[in-house]
Amino acid sequence: MSTAVDTSAAVPLPAEGDGTPLKKRLRRAERRRNLLFGALILPLALVVLVAFIWPIGSLLTIGVDNPEIHDNLPRTLAVLEDWNGSAPPDEAAFRALADELAAAKGSPAIAAIAKRLNRENAGYRSLVMKTARKLPLDAAVPAREALVAIDAQWGELATWQAIHRAGGALTPFYLLAAIDRAIDADGDIVAAPEDERIYVDVLLRTFWMSLIVTVCCLALGFPVAYLMASLSTRHSNMLMIFVLLPFWTSVLVRVAAWIVLLQNEGLVNRLLMWLGLTDSPLQLLFNRFGVYVAMVHILLPFMVLPLYSVMKGISPVYMRAALSLGCPPFRSFWKIYFPQTLPGIGAGGLLVFIMCMGYYITPALLGGPKEQMLSYFIAFYTNQTINWGMAAALSAVLLAATLLLYMVYARYLGPTRVKYMKAR
Amino acid sequence: MLQPYASPVERAWYFGMRGLVGLILAFLFLPILVIVPLSFNADSFLMYPMSGFSLRWYEEFATSPAWRQALMNSLIVSPLATLLAMVLGTLASIGLVRADFPGKALLTAVLISPMVVPVVVIGVAMYIFFAPLGLTGSYTGLVLAHAILGVPFVVTTVTATLQGFDFNLVRAASSLGANPVTTFFRVTLPMVAPGIISGGLFAFATSFDEVVVTLFLASPEQATLPRQMFAGIRENISPTIAAVATILIVLSTLMLMTLEWLRRRAERMRGARR
Repeated sequence: MSTAVDTSAAVPLPAEGDGTPLKKRLRRAERRRNLLFGALILPLALVVLVAFIWPIGSLLTIGVDNPEIHDNLPRTLAVLEDWNGSAPPDEAAFRALADELAAAKGSPAIAAIAKRLNRENAGYRSLVMKTARKLPLDAAVPAREALVAIDAQWGELATWQAIHRAGGALTPFYLLAAIDRAIDADGDIVAAPEDERIYVDVLLRTFWMSLIVTVCCLALGFPVAYLMASLSTRHSNMLMIFVLLPFWTSVLVRVAAWIVLLQNEGLVNRLLMWLGLTDSPLQLLFNRFGVYVAMVHILLPFMVLPLYSVMKGISPVYMRAALSLGCPPFRSFWKIYFPQTLPGIGAGGLLVFIMCMGYYITPALLGGPKEQMLSYFIAFYTNQTINWGMAAALSAVLLAATLLLYMVYARYLGPTRVKYMKAR
Repeated sequence: MLQPYASPVERAWYFGMRGLVGLILAFLFLPILVIVPLSFNADSFLMYPMSGFSLRWYEEFATSPAWRQALMNSLIVSPLATLLAMVLGTLASIGLVRADFPGKALLTAVLISPMVVPVVVIGVAMYIFFAPLGLTGSYTGLVLAHAILGVPFVVTTVTATLQGFDFNLVRAASSLGANPVTTFFRVTLPMVAPGIISGGLFAFATSFDEVVVTLFLASPEQATLPRQMFAGIRENISPTIAAVATILIVLSTLMLMTLEWLRRRAERMRGARR
């Protein structure tokens, strides 16, 4: 493939003597070569843009999308455009609303309107449904009197303010809810109602669990990488197999293995009881402990590999120099060797942390309700409650946190062994 | 190396370090081995001590319609997804290495991004986007999704290989009279093949182990092996799971050995060129 293009790119220099300077002809040939090779990227670029970037883009727009009132009550909103907002609007607005609600009656639109207005003020759902049942109005009666007769709330200023407020094409509602915030009747950002304030907790839990796993991986990975880097290639390759085989083994196999080990009658509990450390089996599964153990087990190779590749490049002469100059071993390790491993610690740490944040399978299978991270709630809102707005907003939060950390990783630590990163 | 004149502290450090690393490697390695014998357990509990030797769980795996369907689905989806990722990824890598244009770094980042974006986000986004197009619950959608997840591995490994590839070899072959097709198959391909194959292995492993996106996109008829394992672990963990796990462990060992062989081959070839 490359040669086919290569030769054809080399040949078509325009014939000499047509008056064009060589420089120009070369540049033209160069441009043609570039176009031909660039064209090879097109198929993949198209597939990724259409089937990956676009879906993610549209998911993120769902998080700020606010179509219910905007699309279903366009005439009412148009009338409210010139409304001063200090008193209930005039007859035209009532008429438009009555007509549009009547048109929406019996279709999913009315439910969408009711649900959306209910979010502004609990109770508006029944107001809308009750009103819709009595529509359409008699054209002879003024719409204002008729609607107020159906429910006095239509005569209140707050009701119209709510419609006006909910009428924008975009809403920050879900994004604010994802950080436990809401907008009150005055349009101010306030803390969400007590019983809906869960997402900051989930976000902090996600960060906290990722941090614990990362620290454990570092504590276990550092000695392994250190020893491997100090051994001969033959020996370190042998140790590498112990790191790489788990790495290549299916995550589900490893989760199943930990269930076997950590269950009440499992080998770990048996060993603890045999050693006399406990009389009855400990609960090791479906809590934080089980999730931490399995996640550290799954992610440890991602820490060892970048650490090892950095340590392999550290020349032993600096340590030797420090020792020969009389610096005590631990001090020279800390002052001379350790700082040189920092790029590896940064790369491995960020890699593990980033992967942890997106974890879904391991907490879902090995954790209880208190171990579920952000990913669980995204899946929950997509599949169970079909609240796509909330799923989209939480996705945006997770995506933003991931990309931010990844940019730090790519900017400062380079692509050290990124190829080992497996999407899990 | 431990010198004969090492002090007691050095000795303690030497053995302590090795002991510690041994324990950590045991933590990594043993849990995987523990599940293998249980797949041969005669009774239906996933725990020790075993009551006897039996192949019944392998028989169960081979005869149960659900597991057979899952294996079939995995054997359809993963190879196709890998092939797609390898072809598209290799073409794009050649382009990325040899062409120069503004925004190349950004485009590379976009092509590699499926590796970085959390899988749940990918799953939800594809689910909501594919559903109206009739691509959920279809092999087409699943293969496409798995291929996209595998592409970054192909692109990273193949671009890395191509960057070390001396394009003068291609010019030499052409100047010696080989036509472009011969040159590609006799010179270029053998040199970059290890990169393509190891990228393909990563892509295959990713697809063959993929649960999350599959949970969102696949209908029950398209449940892949990991999807079926996920359901099995969640609902009722039986020794069949151990049998499947054992098969998967053998498979990953084979993949690891292939990769190791490729790495050594590449090392030898680099050595020969020097």
